[in-house]
Amino acid sequence: MGLIKSLVTWSRVKSPWVIHFNTGACNACDIEIVASITPKFDLERFGVQLKGTPRHADVLLCSGPVTRQIESRLKRVYEQMSNPKFVVAIGTCACSGGVFNGCYNVKGGIDTVIPVSAYIPGCPVRPEAIIDGVVKLLGSLKNPAAAPKLPITIDPAGVLEKGA
Amino acid sequence: MVNPEKIVKIPIGPQHPALKEPACFTVSLNGEKLVDLDLRLGYNHRGVEKAAEGRTYTQNMYLFERVCGICSHSHATCFIQCVEEVAGLEVPPRGRFLRTLIGELERIHSHFLWLGVAAHEIGFDTLLMYSWRDREVVMDLLAMLTGNRVNYAANVIGGAKHDVTDEQKAAILKAVDTLEERTKYYIEVASEETTLIARLSNVGRISLEDVKRLGTVGPTARASGLSQDARRDDPYAAYKEVPFSVITDTHCDVYGRTLVRVGELMESYKIIRYVLQNLPDGPIAAKAPRKIPAGEAVSRYEAPRGEDVHYVRGNGTEKPERVRVRAPTMVNLLSVPKMLEGNNLADVPITVAAIDPCFSCTDRAIRVADADGGNAQVFSWEESRRFGIDWYRKNGVDFTDVNKRLAQRLK
Repeated sequence: MGLIKSLVTWSRVKSPWVIHFNTGACNACDIEIVASITPKFDLERFGVQLKGTPRHADVLLCSGPVTRQIESRLKRVYEQMSNPKFVVAIGTCACSGGVFNGCYNVKGGIDTVIPVSAYIPGCPVRPEAIIDGVVKLLGSLKNPAAAPKLPITIDPAGVLEKGA
Repeated sequence: MVNPEKIVKIPIGPQHPALKEPACFTVSLNGEKLVDLDLRLGYNHRGVEKAAEGRTYTQNMYLFERVCGICSHSHATCFIQCVEEVAGLEVPPRGRFLRTLIGELERIHSHFLWLGVAAHEIGFDTLLMYSWRDREVVMDLLAMLTGNRVNYAANVIGGAKHDVTDEQKAAILKAVDTLEERTKYYIEVASEETTLIARLSNVGRISLEDVKRLGTVGPTARASGLSQDARRDDPYAAYKEVPFSVITDTHCDVYGRTLVRVGELMESYKIIRYVLQNLPDGPIAAKAPRKIPAGEAVSRYEAPRGEDVHYVRGNGTEKPERVRVRAPTMVNLLSVPKMLEGNNLADVPITVAAIDPCFSCTDRAIRVADADGGNAQVFSWEESRRFGIDWYRKNGVDFTDVNKRLAQRLK
């Protein structure tokens, strides 16, 4: 069984399929997600592919604070994903509610509704930070013993220093 | 006559591969043909207007950039123009030119983004990758000028926040040359590529009469032959001094909307070159008072998607009493059911994408439900307008003066 298990882990790490769900974001993080999968940043070189349906996806990329209208939909999308599943909160709003914290129609960060595996703050998140977050998450899948414990938190300033 | 038993209803959204943002379209179909379209919005409603009342003007600039991340400069500038009018502040010429510069860079990035998304909706992913690669050139410029790729915070009350150095000017001009070259290639693609023309022509048609009746704005209206542009009709920032032409088209379909947007890219390059070559000397911002006096103002701004309107009422403190945002997509969405009449199901994504919808701008839809949860009531346009006017009169806010002043200015 060890062989099959390592084969499954290998294929999961080599081609994680992601789904993007806007839970009430201002679009800024969403366009940065698309920017990170288009030629300049090209997340696809890590095997990351954007998928249209939650049933095909391993990773749920959530952007934006959870609004009251989207809450039940977010839960449904999460439940439709097959196990093991990971949620990445992209942007300050998704991490904590950000600038919209306290608005009457906003519940707060993604973790008020579903469990989150990685937090990537930033307003909006830079594509570099998204790549860093995704790669770290993949690393934790490959070797759970050596990897940092979930949830992972990315320091956007650190990413920029390394990139520069 | 359509047999009602043959009608199939398909919900599209709120999570759907063709939608980048949550909205729910319930499509009624007879075979492949579209019979009716029902729209449900509000998934992105965060309550920005209410939040604005509890924050100072400076904090609100940060908030209004985040009404929409794509046209963030539009919303921030539109808001700040209201505040400046209330405070009686005159923006120095250099500040106005710098605002125009950022505004046009934003238009370029937004139109490139649209081109990619539209190409993706028709399965032309090569064009998506091409245009998003070129868009990165503008993003680099914006990052260089303001320090952030999106949500650039380029305004302060009374002017602009960041000045342009000579090196930056040279870098912008060089990048604009590159982009112009690429845009010429897209124009060539749009005018010669037969598959693209065949896919987009006669899809999502809307006549000039319907455009006028439904109050459509921006490139969507201009593609149906309506020459309307707030930059020319009610000049703000530096548009009074900058020569440019308003691009219109008479195709009335998605193909026309593509041509208008690509044409506007070329105009934006011209505006940017003019702005950089004629940048006046002097301060970039006037000194703003800490407290904004009581008063009210309306301002218009031609965002990449169409005309954006903000209303601000100050009460003499450092926080606004009321802010109202009317985003271009709000009015453009009303034209979508008209555009889709008699079209195929497969045309829904591209027709919706062709108005360049931005639901985070838009989500201010009203749905009133009783406290016990049942008995939802949807207000019609006229009813909600009436209700709004009465409610605000009762609470001491009267729009009559503002409307009169706006009408005078338009004359």
